[in-house]
Amino acid sequence: MPSVIEARGLTKTFGRLGAVNGVSFAVDAGECYGFLGPNGAGKTTTVKMIHCSAPITSGDLSVFGMGVRDAPRAIKRRIGVCQQEDNLDPDFSVRKNLTVFARYFGIPAVQAADRARELLEFMGLWERRDARIRELSGGLKKRLAIARALVNDPDLLILDEPTTGLDPQSRHQVWDRVRTLRRQGKTILLTTHYMDEAQSLCDRLVIMDHGRILVEGAPSDLVRSRVGREVVEVYGFPPDLPEYARAQGWTFEADTHRLWIHTDSGEAVFAAIARLYPAERCTVRMAGLEDLFLKLTGRELRE
Amino acid sequence: MSLAGVGALVRSVSLRSMRVWQRNRDVYFVTWKTNLFPPLAEPILYLLAFGAGIGALVKEVEYRDRMVGYTAFIAPGLLATQVMFQAFFETTYNTFVRMHYQRTFDAIITTPLSLEDVMAGELLWATTKGTISCAVMMVAISFFGLLHYPHALLIVPFSLLAGLLFAGLGLCFTGVVPQIDSFNLPTFLFIMPMFLFSGTFFPLDVLPLWAQRIANLLPLTHVANVIRELGLGRMPADLAWDLLYLVALAPPLCLLGIHLMKRRLVK
Ligand SMILES: Nc1ncnc2c1ncn2[C@@H]1O[C@H](COP(=O)(O)OP(=O)(O)OP(=O)(O)O)[C@@H](O)[C@H]1O
Ligand SMILES: [Mg+2]
Repeated sequence: MPSVIEARGLTKTFGRLGAVNGVSFAVDAGECYGFLGPNGAGKTTTVKMIHCSAPITSGDLSVFGMGVRDAPRAIKRRIGVCQQEDNLDPDFSVRKNLTVFARYFGIPAVQAADRARELLEFMGLWERRDARIRELSGGLKKRLAIARALVNDPDLLILDEPTTGLDPQSRHQVWDRVRTLRRQGKTILLTTHYMDEAQSLCDRLVIMDHGRILVEGAPSDLVRSRVGREVVEVYGFPPDLPEYARAQGWTFEADTHRLWIHTDSGEAVFAAIARLYPAERCTVRMAGLEDLFLKLTGRELRE
Repeated sequence: MSLAGVGALVRSVSLRSMRVWQRNRDVYFVTWKTNLFPPLAEPILYLLAFGAGIGALVKEVEYRDRMVGYTAFIAPGLLATQVMFQAFFETTYNTFVRMHYQRTFDAIITTPLSLEDVMAGELLWATTKGTISCAVMMVAISFFGLLHYPHALLIVPFSLLAGLLFAGLGLCFTGVVPQIDSFNLPTFLFIMPMFLFSGTFFPLDVLPLWAQRIANLLPLTHVANVIRELGLGRMPADLAWDLLYLVALAPPLCLLGIHLMKRRLVK
């Protein structure tokens, strides 16, 4: 089966700044594909090229087998986009936001009204259907933006940081809906800064930094192969611990207060450390995506 | 912009731009009372002030070798300036708000509409808005018996052309201003001088010849000429020159406006 999105050597520059530097990836039909990366990594820029809002500088990018340069309208007809920044229409009510958006897709008014109701119910917004946009909390706005992205029943749903700034309840609701949509067979492209979100929603993901893809794969495979099974974390570690760890041949990461040892045998590492240092400063846990993320992208702040 | 560039730009505009027109219309009619009140009330204020005030001093003015009542002279000027203000301010301040603060266009271009469609829709809406206000104002002015029908009915379709021109002019500025306050500059450099010196409130032939020449370069002069002749119930052959000027100017301004907006928004 051909890929829904296929990028080869995709590049985007703004003047002299390379925002996306020759990335290649392919998203299969029906999967949830994630983009992780620090601020300024190039996630939004990549996403904008996919939904034909930003022209590509070089490389190849096709969506549903059509080149983004050749058939933007045909591509856009079949995708739904929830952008990172809020751009709901403040001049309209919640419901009218959906029906006006449906009109951009040429959906007849009667059908649009039905669709709006269905989507507002799906996203738990029906009670607020007549509210003005400025009366909505950030979480409700995001849910409405997702509902709006579904108005044309897209084959590909693009969600650029769909849960940033949401409370835990709203995040879980959004995740639940995303899972439902995926089960319905939609292809989903998602960017996020939340590791738990990526881990639990994405079938595959890439980690991007400085406009490049560092790794690609299924989250648990990536963690297993690049970090290991477990992480031993030492708080307020003694100054000679890094040297000891190096001597033991462990891979580890450290900042000023904490040291993380990536390993497949956490118990053994823990026991070795506990022999030398106070054990209450030391914990063993499952390795996660965040360990991989920090390992790959470093710890310095961005932007 | 090359000729091929113009061709590509024109081809990127489709009938889908009507969706944007509909969007703006829907917003307009949510608050239709507040939108329609000014064009109804404004001419009454002007006509009272100018009619009872200045009109007491200047009963008639000589216009094209004929004496015309002062209020009958300025009434078409009010219509012309109304079209200009409505269309120009729509594609400047209002378009800027939608573009920059509301990010409305970012959302719309993720649908099958192109950015050119969106801009064309903005232009068509501004044109329509100018025409609606002009028509509403005509109703008010007609109560003073200052418009000659049926000729005056042609003012309505004509204001579509005039509106398109000022909408295009406005969009050009929106494509280049750094921030919304910057519209003060074109407003005071172009719009206010046109408002005052386009034969709107006094016949241009009282001005020195050099000033008349400049006034004849201003689009509003030609808009006022056409509306005045139609309002006075006449259709002299030399209106063709005014029309020709406006027909020649409106499309390039609109295309330039779309081009500048595209340059601004597509990064
Ligand atoms: N319109 C633009 N003009 C100039 N530079 C831009 C533009 N848009 C993005 N950039 C730059 O491109 C780089 C990538 O930005 P992008 O928005 O794609 O990052 P991101 O991964 O989405 O970040 P975040 O997590 O903060 O949303 C950044 O350095 C950004 O400053
Ligand atoms: Mg982003």
